[in-house]
Amino acid sequence: MIKAILIFNNHGKPRLSKFYQPYSEDTQQQIIRETFHLVSKRDENVCNFLEGGLLIGGSDNRLIYRHYATLYFVFCVDSSESELGILDLIQVFVETLDKCFENVCELDLIFHVDKVHNILAEMVMGGMVLETNMNEIVTQIDAQNKLEKSEAGLAGAPARAVSAVKNMNLPEIPRNINIGDISIKVPNLPSFK
Amino acid sequence: MSDIVEKTLTALPGLFLQNQSGGPAAAKASFSSRLGSLIRGITALTSKHEEEKLIQQELSSLKATVSAPATTLKMMKECMVRLIYCEMLGYDASFGYIHAIKLAQQGNLLEKRVGYLAVSLFLHESHELLLLLVNTVVKDLQSTNLVEVCMALTVVSQIFPQEMIPAVLPLIEDKLQHSKEIIRRKAVLALYKFHLIAPNQVQHIHIKFRKALCDRDVGVMAASLHIYLRMIKENSSGYKDLTGSFVTILKQVVGGKLPVDFNYHSVPAPWLQIQLLRILGLLGKDDQRTSELMYDVLDESLRRAELNHNVTYAILFECVHTVYSIYPKSELLEKAAKCIGKFVLSPKINLKYLGLKALTYVIQQDPSLALQHQMTIIECLDHSDPMIKRETLELLYRITNAQNITVIIQKMLEYLHQSKEEYVIVNLVGKIAELAEKYAPDNAWFIQTMNAVFSVGGDVMHPDIPNNFLRLLAEGFDDETEDQQLRLYAVQSYLTLLDVENVFYPQRFLQVMSWVLGEYSYLLDKETPEKVIIKLYKLLMNDSVSSETKAWLIAAVTKLTPQAHSPNIVERLIQEFTISLDTLMRQHAFELKNLHQNVGLMKSLLPVDKSCEDMVVDASLSFLDGFVAEGLSQGAAPYKPHHQRQEEKLSQEKVLNFEPYGLSFSSSGFTGRQSPAGISLGSDISGNSAETGLKETNSLKLEGIKKLWGKEGYLPKKESKTGDESEAPPVPQESVIMENVDQAIIKQDHSQILTQSKEEKEKQLLASSLFVGLGSESTINLLGKADTVSHKFRRKAKVKGKKSEETTSTHNMACSSFSSLSGVAYEEDYYLNTLQDKELKKFSLNSELLDPESLTELPLVKKLSDCSLSKPSLFADNNMEIFHPPQSTAALVAKEISLASSLLEETTEYIHSNLMEVCSNETISMFSYKIWEDDCLLMVLSITNKTDSELKSANLEIFPAEDFKVTEKPGCCLPIMEAESTENFQYSVQMEKPFTEGNLSGFINYEMVDAHSVQLEFSIDLSLLDFIRPLKISTEDFGKLWLSFASDVKQNIKISDSQAALPSALKILQQKLRLHVIDIIGNEGLLACQLLPSIPCLLHCRVHADVLALWFRSSCSSLPDYLLYQCQKVMEES
Repeated sequence: MIKAILIFNNHGKPRLSKFYQPYSEDTQQQIIRETFHLVSKRDENVCNFLEGGLLIGGSDNRLIYRHYATLYFVFCVDSSESELGILDLIQVFVETLDKCFENVCELDLIFHVDKVHNILAEMVMGGMVLETNMNEIVTQIDAQNKLEKSEAGLAGAPARAVSAVKNMNLPEIPRNINIGDISIKVPNLPSFK
Repeated sequence: MSDIVEKTLTALPGLFLQNQSGGPAAAKASFSSRLGSLIRGITALTSKHEEEKLIQQELSSLKATVSAPATTLKMMKECMVRLIYCEMLGYDASFGYIHAIKLAQQGNLLEKRVGYLAVSLFLHESHELLLLLVNTVVKDLQSTNLVEVCMALTVVSQIFPQEMIPAVLPLIEDKLQHSKEIIRRKAVLALYKFHLIAPNQVQHIHIKFRKALCDRDVGVMAASLHIYLRMIKENSSGYKDLTGSFVTILKQVVGGKLPVDFNYHSVPAPWLQIQLLRILGLLGKDDQRTSELMYDVLDESLRRAELNHNVTYAILFECVHTVYSIYPKSELLEKAAKCIGKFVLSPKINLKYLGLKALTYVIQQDPSLALQHQMTIIECLDHSDPMIKRETLELLYRITNAQNITVIIQKMLEYLHQSKEEYVIVNLVGKIAELAEKYAPDNAWFIQTMNAVFSVGGDVMHPDIPNNFLRLLAEGFDDETEDQQLRLYAVQSYLTLLDVENVFYPQRFLQVMSWVLGEYSYLLDKETPEKVIIKLYKLLMNDSVSSETKAWLIAAVTKLTPQAHSPNIVERLIQEFTISLDTLMRQHAFELKNLHQNVGLMKSLLPVDKSCEDMVVDASLSFLDGFVAEGLSQGAAPYKPHHQRQEEKLSQEKVLNFEPYGLSFSSSGFTGRQSPAGISLGSDISGNSAETGLKETNSLKLEGIKKLWGKEGYLPKKESKTGDESEAPPVPQESVIMENVDQAIIKQDHSQILTQSKEEKEKQLLASSLFVGLGSESTINLLGKADTVSHKFRRKAKVKGKKSEETTSTHNMACSSFSSLSGVAYEEDYYLNTLQDKELKKFSLNSELLDPESLTELPLVKKLSDCSLSKPSLFADNNMEIFHPPQSTAALVAKEISLASSLLEETTEYIHSNLMEVCSNETISMFSYKIWEDDCLLMVLSITNKTDSELKSANLEIFPAEDFKVTEKPGCCLPIMEAESTENFQYSVQMEKPFTEGNLSGFINYEMVDAHSVQLEFSIDLSLLDFIRPLKISTEDFGKLWLSFASDVKQNIKISDSQAALPSALKILQQKLRLHVIDIIGNEGLLACQLLPSIPCLLHCRVHADVLALWFRSSCSSLPDYLLYQCQKVMEES
C-alpha cells in the first residue's frame, strides 16, 4: 500500500503532499522535511530506493523517488508494493501531468494543486493503485472536466487568468520540468539494455 | 426546481458584493491573482521567519473572508485552494475545515470537488467534523451524476473511519453492479479499504468480491486483486481453489490477450502481472499441489520478460520471488538463479539493489548462489551508495557463521561509524549484538565488540541488548572458568575505558559498566575495591550522567562497599549524597549509610556473585507478626484488606451492589498483598530495599527478553551437543585466512587470470574470509573439519527449559508406555462399554435421566480400564502378535488406537469423540480426537512416525483463528522423533465469539534424516456443538432464568411413534447434544445447557400426540436458532 505521495522542489518546498494514512499535522511536516533531507543528499548515480525513516513507519517502508529537473517525486510505500513497479508509476504520473498541462512545469503544480490532486485521485485511491494506464486517466479527467464545464457554464475564464499568472516573471523557479523526451534528458531514468 | 432556486438565492449576496467592487470579472481576477501574489511573495522571501509572517497575514485575511456571510461559493473555492496551499506548507488552517465541508455539501460540481479535496486533505479518520460529512456522502453516492459518485467513493476510501462504514456500506455494495466500470472499480477499492479497517463488517460480501474477480472489465478485476492479495496473505488455505483462476488470468495477460490499451512500453499490463505473481507466491508456499499448477505460467513469464525495459525487470523480480517462495522445482530455480545473476551483475544501480535483495531472500535456500557472486558482493560493500552497502550487510548478516564472523562484524562496525540516521543505527546495532552473542570466537573479541555496540548504539538501541548482555554475563554458560574469564575481561576493559579522560559514554553503557563493576570487581587481583569505587565516585560527580545512571552507579558502590577495606571514600560519598537535592540519590545514600554502620548485615545482604540466585521473598510478611500482635494488644483495629473495606462500604450504602465489582476489588487486593517488596522499598531503611529494588528491576526487565538463543545458525547443520566448545576450539583467524588464500589462488588458477593487481588480491582475500564455510564442500575440506562451533556462548537452560524437558520426558513415558496392555484395554473398554449401555437400558429411563451421575459423566470407562489393567496377563499374548511386525498398515492403525487409549486413560472422565485421521503421508500420519472437557474443548493430536528412521525437529503449529483461542498444553516441539514412535499434542480450545462452523488448521513440519524438511498441512472442523456443555441447575433456577432471557425460538417438530415417549426424546438430546435434563413434569421436559465459557440456553419441550414442541430461550440471540437446528437434525436421524 502507498502510505504517502510527496512532491517537493530542490529547495525542499512542498509542492504536493498526500497522505493515505492518518498522521498528525506535525508528523506530516516532519515526514516531508525528513524525506527531503534523505532524498536531497543522494547523488545522481545511486539507486532510487531508500529505507523509510522512523517517522514514516519503520523498516518495512521504503521511499521510492525520482528527480525531474527541479522536482522530487517521492512515494512512500510498504513492502506489498513492487519497487520497480512504483518507479514506473511515478513515470506514468509525470507523463500524465505533462499531457494534462501540456509541458508541465513546477508552476502548474502550484497553481493547480486541485487539478493535480484530481489526477492523482484517478491513479491512486486510498493508498491503492487504481489505474496505471495513462490514456485511461486522461480520458477520465477530460470527461470529468467536460461534465463540470457543462454544469459550471463559464469555466473558461479562470483558465485564462491562470495562464496569465503562468507567464508571470517569477524569480528562482526554473521553468520547465521537460519530460518531453524523458529517456535522454533525465539521467536518473534507466533505459535498460 | 427548488434546488435551482436555492442556489440562486445563495449566490445572490455574492453577486451583489461583486457588483459593488467593480463587476464579477474584477473580483475573479483579484481572487486568482491573490494566490499568485501569495506565491510570488513567498518565493521572494529569504527567511523562514518572514514566510511565517506573510502566511499568518494571509490566513487571517482568509479567515475573515470565509466567515463573512457575503462570500460566494465560488470565492470560497478559491479560498480553499489557498488554504490547501497554506496547510501544505505546515500552517494551521483549522478554521476553514467546516467551510470545506460546507463547500462539499452545497457547491456545484466544480466547487464540490474542491470541497471534497480540501476535506480529504484536512481531516483524518478520527476528526469530529467528519460526522457532518456523512449525509453529503450518502447523498452523493445516490446521485445520478458519475462525477459526484466518484468523488464520494474517493473520499470514503480516504478518510472514513470504522464506525461510519455501516452508513454507506449498502450503497457501495450496490455500486458493484453499476453499469460504469470506473464506478465498480472504485467501489471495489472502497470495500477493500473497509476490509482493511473493519474486516468483519464486509465479511458477508466476500462472494461479491469473487464476482468482481470475474468482472468483464479488466480494471475491476485488477482492483479486486488488491483484496485477494490481502486476504490470501491472511489465510492462504482458504483461497486455494482460486489458484486455477489466477493462473488462467496470468496466462492470458502474459499471452497478450488483453487489449493493447493495457500495454505499457509494449509489456502487457505489468502491474497486473506483478500483483498476480505475488498472489501465486503466497498461494503456492509450502504447497506442492498448488505450486504444480503454476509452474508452466511462471516458466512462460520468465521466458517472456526478455524485453529490456524497467518494468520487465519488475516482473522478473516478482517472478524470481515467486519461484523461490513456492514449492521448489529445480528447472525454474535454475532459471530464477540466472535471473538473479542478471540483476546482481547489472550496471544499473536499481537492479543491483534488487539483485542483492533477491540474494538475501534466497540465500537460505541456496547458499551457493552467494558464492557465485562473491566478488560482486565484495564490490558492493564499498559501493558509493549507502543503500547498496546496507543491503549487502543485510546479506552478509544472513550468511554469518563462526568462521567469518570477525570480518563481517568489522564491516558492519565500519558502516555503523559512518551512519548517522537513528533507525540505521538501531537496526545494525541489534544485528551486531545478536551475531556477536551467537558466534563470538573469544572473550576479548566479544567484549570489545559489545563495547563498540554500546558506545555507538548508545541510548537509541533496543533495551534488550544491554539486558541480554548482562544476563549472559550473570548466568554464564557451561564452563565456570570460562565464565570467570569473560567477566574478568569485561571488568578490566571497563576500567581501562573509564581511565580515558574526557570521553563521554552513553548512559546505557555506563549502566552496564556500573552493574558489571559492582558484581564482578572481586575477580580482580591487583586493583582493590577502593580504586573501583573511586572511579565510580568520579562518575557520580559528573554532571553529564543522568539520575537513572546514578542510581545504577550508587548500587554498584553499595555492592562494593562490604569488600572495601578502608571506608574513607565511601564515607565521603555518603556525606556528599545525603545532602543531595535529588531525593532518590539521598534515599540511596541513606540506605548505604545505614548499611555501612552494620558491616555484618551488609555482607549477608550483599553476597558476592549471587546475582543469579533467586530471591526468597517472604510474601506473607511474617516477620512483622510480633509487631502486629503488639499493635493489636494495644487496641489497634485489625487490618482489613482493601477489598473488604470496599465491600463493607458498599454494603453500608445498600445500593446497587453488583457482583462484578466485588470480584475486581478482591483481585486488586490480592496483588497488593503479593508485592511486599514494593512497600518495604518505600518504608523502611533497613537496607534490604536497595538490593531488592535493584534485583527486582533486573528480574523484571529480563522477563520480556526475546530468546535469541533458539535461533539457528545460518547453515543447516546440526551440532551435536552444547558442551563441545573445548573439543573444537575456534580456528585461529590467520590460519583460516591463509588457507583460504591458498584456496582462492588455486581457484584463480583454475579460472584463467594469473597476474592480479594488488587490489584484486585484497578483494580475493576479503572474499575468502567472508564466504568461508559457505556451502561448498571444498572449503570444508581445506579447513580440515566441519563447522562444529556455532554457539560460542550457550546460555544454561534455565528453569523453564528444565521443566519442558521434564514434561517431554513424561510425554515420552506416556507414549512409550502405549503398552500392549492398554491397547487391548481400549478394545475391552469399548466392548464393555457397549455392554454397559445395554445394561443401562434396563433401568427405567426416567430415573436414569435424572441421575446426575449417569451418561453425561461416564465414569464407567475409567473403572473398566482399571479392571482391565488389573489383569493384563489375559491379553498379553495377542499383543505380541499385533505389535511386533509394524510394517502392515493394519498394525499401524491398531497402534494408533492403542496409543489413543493410553491417553484416554488419563482423560476418561470426559466424553470424547472417535479417533479420526487428519492427514498423513508416507512418513507420518496424524490422528485427532476431541475431548469435551467441562471448561474447554481439548483437541488431542497424535502423530505417528511410520518409518524406521528418526525424524528431527518435528514441529506442530496451529494457526491462530479469529473465533477461538487455542492454548497449548505442554510439549509441541520435538527435537527428535524416534522411529515408529507416536507423540501426542494437546490443545485446549476456547471460544472467543460464537460461530457455527470453524476449523482449526495448522501444519506440522519435520526434517528427514537427510536434512530435507517436509511440511504437512491439516485442518480439523469444529462446530459450535463442541462448545455446548450441560448446565446443571435446579428447576427453580430454571424458572428464574427463563424469565430473564430475551431471545426465544419456538418450533414444533414431528416425531415418529417410537420416539413418542418424552423420556426417550430427551435422552437423545442429552446424548447427542449434551443438554442437561433438569426435570420431567408430565408431558413437559426442562433442559439446560451452556455455551462455553458461560452463555446459558434453556429448552422447554412438550409432547403432544406426535408433535414435540421445542421452546428455546437464551441471552444470546443466535444460540437458540443454532440449537434448534441441531435438535431437528438429531431427531430426524434417530
